[in-house]
Amino acid sequence: MLKQSIAAVLAAALAIPALAVGEGDIAALRGELRRIQEQYEARIQALESRLEKAERGMVEAERAANAAKAEAGADSRPAGENAFNPAMSAILSGTYGRLSEDPARYAITGFIPPGNATPGIRGASLKETELLFSANIDPYLRGNLLLAVDESDAVSVEEAYGQTLGLGHGLTLKAGRFFSGIGYLNEQHPHTRDFVDAPLVQRAFLGDNYGDDGVQLKWIAPTDMLVELGAELGRGRNLPGGSRMKNGNGATALFARMGGDLGNSHSYRVGLSTLRTATGAAGLNGNDVDLLGRAVVNNFAGDTRIWGVDFVWKYAPRGNAIQTALQLQGEYFRRKQDGQLTYDADGALALTNTDGYASDQSGWYLQGVYRFAPRWRAGLRHDRLNGGTVTIGASNLANVQTFQYDPRRSSAMLDYSPSEFSRIRLQFSRDESRQGAVDSQWFVQYVYSLGSHGAHKY
Amino acid sequence: MKQYLIVLFVTLVAWMAGTPALAALNVFACEPEWGALARELGGERVKVYDATTAFQDPHRVEARPSLLAAVRRADLLVCAGAELEVGWLPILLRESGNGNIQSGRPGHVEAAQWARLIERPSVLDRSMGDVHAAGNPHLHLDPRNIAQVATVLAERLAQVDGANAGYYAARQWDFRTRWEAAMQRWEREAMPLQGVPVAVHHKNWGYLLGWLGMREGMVLEPKPGVDPSLAYLAELVARLKSAPVKMVLRTAYQSPKPSQWVAEKAGIPAVELPFTVGGSERAQDLFGLFDDTIARLLQALR
Repeated sequence: MLKQSIAAVLAAALAIPALAVGEGDIAALRGELRRIQEQYEARIQALESRLEKAERGMVEAERAANAAKAEAGADSRPAGENAFNPAMSAILSGTYGRLSEDPARYAITGFIPPGNATPGIRGASLKETELLFSANIDPYLRGNLLLAVDESDAVSVEEAYGQTLGLGHGLTLKAGRFFSGIGYLNEQHPHTRDFVDAPLVQRAFLGDNYGDDGVQLKWIAPTDMLVELGAELGRGRNLPGGSRMKNGNGATALFARMGGDLGNSHSYRVGLSTLRTATGAAGLNGNDVDLLGRAVVNNFAGDTRIWGVDFVWKYAPRGNAIQTALQLQGEYFRRKQDGQLTYDADGALALTNTDGYASDQSGWYLQGVYRFAPRWRAGLRHDRLNGGTVTIGASNLANVQTFQYDPRRSSAMLDYSPSEFSRIRLQFSRDESRQGAVDSQWFVQYVYSLGSHGAHKY
Repeated sequence: MKQYLIVLFVTLVAWMAGTPALAALNVFACEPEWGALARELGGERVKVYDATTAFQDPHRVEARPSLLAAVRRADLLVCAGAELEVGWLPILLRESGNGNIQSGRPGHVEAAQWARLIERPSVLDRSMGDVHAAGNPHLHLDPRNIAQVATVLAERLAQVDGANAGYYAARQWDFRTRWEAAMQRWEREAMPLQGVPVAVHHKNWGYLLGWLGMREGMVLEPKPGVDPSLAYLAELVARLKSAPVKMVLRTAYQSPKPSQWVAEKAGIPAVELPFTVGGSERAQDLFGLFDDTIARLLQALR
């Protein structure tokens, strides 16, 4: 009974809505549906706009996060005692050389002392390896240290100096060991050269790079065009000076430079310089060949005066050197020596004899380097030395040979730089430094720079 | 003899160089955008020297004699910083013998110190290409950064040249008002650019894209500062099929070849944007720079 009645009630309850639909209030239902639809559309719109806002917010948040990162980064710098580490970089360089004449017997005929008398090494070898450290010492000074390890694994302090930071009035004072500001190439380190080796005139007169221990004062004029004057006083440590054990000043250098732009695409610099040095009594030794053709060591002791002119001109279309660029440079130096020449200085021939020696010689080079594609450059260089006049004391006339010879060399190079920090170079030179011998020299060189991004001089 | 020659040389040079102008404050600007900002704020009371043009990559400039002479005479220096000028500015500062513009002095303004840098690398290694440790230094392409740097630069101008402090403050107020209005206009005009994916030649558009809500879909350089090879570009074009972009962006100083090649293969426009003041006919000042940039982007989208 109970079951039946429940079933009846349920049936009635179920039947009522069916009956209602059946009775056809479809219009109302449609209205309801539309209302729900509209509601959802509004909600979706609201959601969309919220999403858009959130996206915009994300951009803001990202920006804020970046800023936070930047700040965090600033905070996360080392705070310990190595926080003030100097900027460090290393230069790695090596060559493969193929020379038709024996490099051990290399000499620049008629030029005493012979300067840096190595044309290169046969086979694979490291070239100069450099280690550079630099940092501000305090608000007034900046320190630079450059250690070089040469082909024979000898470590030397190439440069080590302090330089004033913004002394004012265009003045800069440098003290320590540094490359002299004379000429154009002299101040530049070997790894920045456009050729494997230094020009002959640089090699014969300045030993590749003339550096000294002393002080340098430079002044830049307050003009639109660059006008720079410099003076150096030093011990005269190296060729063309050397081994002078005396108080006071052993070398004086003066230089003047001017430069500027010519329009957007051209820039130039020209300079004049002089160097005056004296060797000590010990003088400077060098390999030579005597009048009878025997290998002999001669020694020069005395005063040397050098003066020179230099220029460099650079072209880059609209100042953009990435695609194409051309650089033309040349230097001329004249040297006068006045002193004593000791023949057979090491006594190997037991003919040691000293008498007067004077010379008036000169040399120059001209080179052009062209960047023809972003990573490629090609260059040509011609070197010449002028034997000039050499006066030998009467008692050495039978020993020392004088030459009517002008050493010369022509070089061509091609280099490829995968990035700012690496370079590979191929060079060929026809070297006639030695009278009567033509040295065909092939070099492959690499130069890599590691560490902090150094700024290069013009 | 040589001494006479040097004296003669110096006299000649002094005569050729003429006497320097003393009236206006000398401002040395490493990049044209900062030079333009200095002109906005300094008016006729400053003499601005632009060290680079829009056709030069500010990262690869030489420390030319003319730049050294200009730094020597500068009373104030304004540069991007963040290592953008690392290859040439340090040497100019060191050799200039000028105390006014050394780092830490009021006359030394580095924009990067006054803006939030993006794309700061988490790993520093040269195998990643030419990365900047401090972050992306091309911050001027977000006009909000320009507004921030303007405040600092105006303060510094006033500090260095106290006699004209009021003048600089008034010009800064005027510039700020015009700049805010212009920014609103640019943001409105650039609405269609939101979310648009683009390819870029070099990663120096981050600030512009971030500001306009655009998306950097692809970089043509395999690594910053490394030119793309043809094979690499072909690979990129293939990749564009699955992840398309609407245009390829480059600056006036970059080679047009890679972006044009990719654009042609993908059938999208290659767009040269002024990047900085002087980079196009219209971009003669900071306002023109953004006017032209947005106009070119909108045109490429059409």
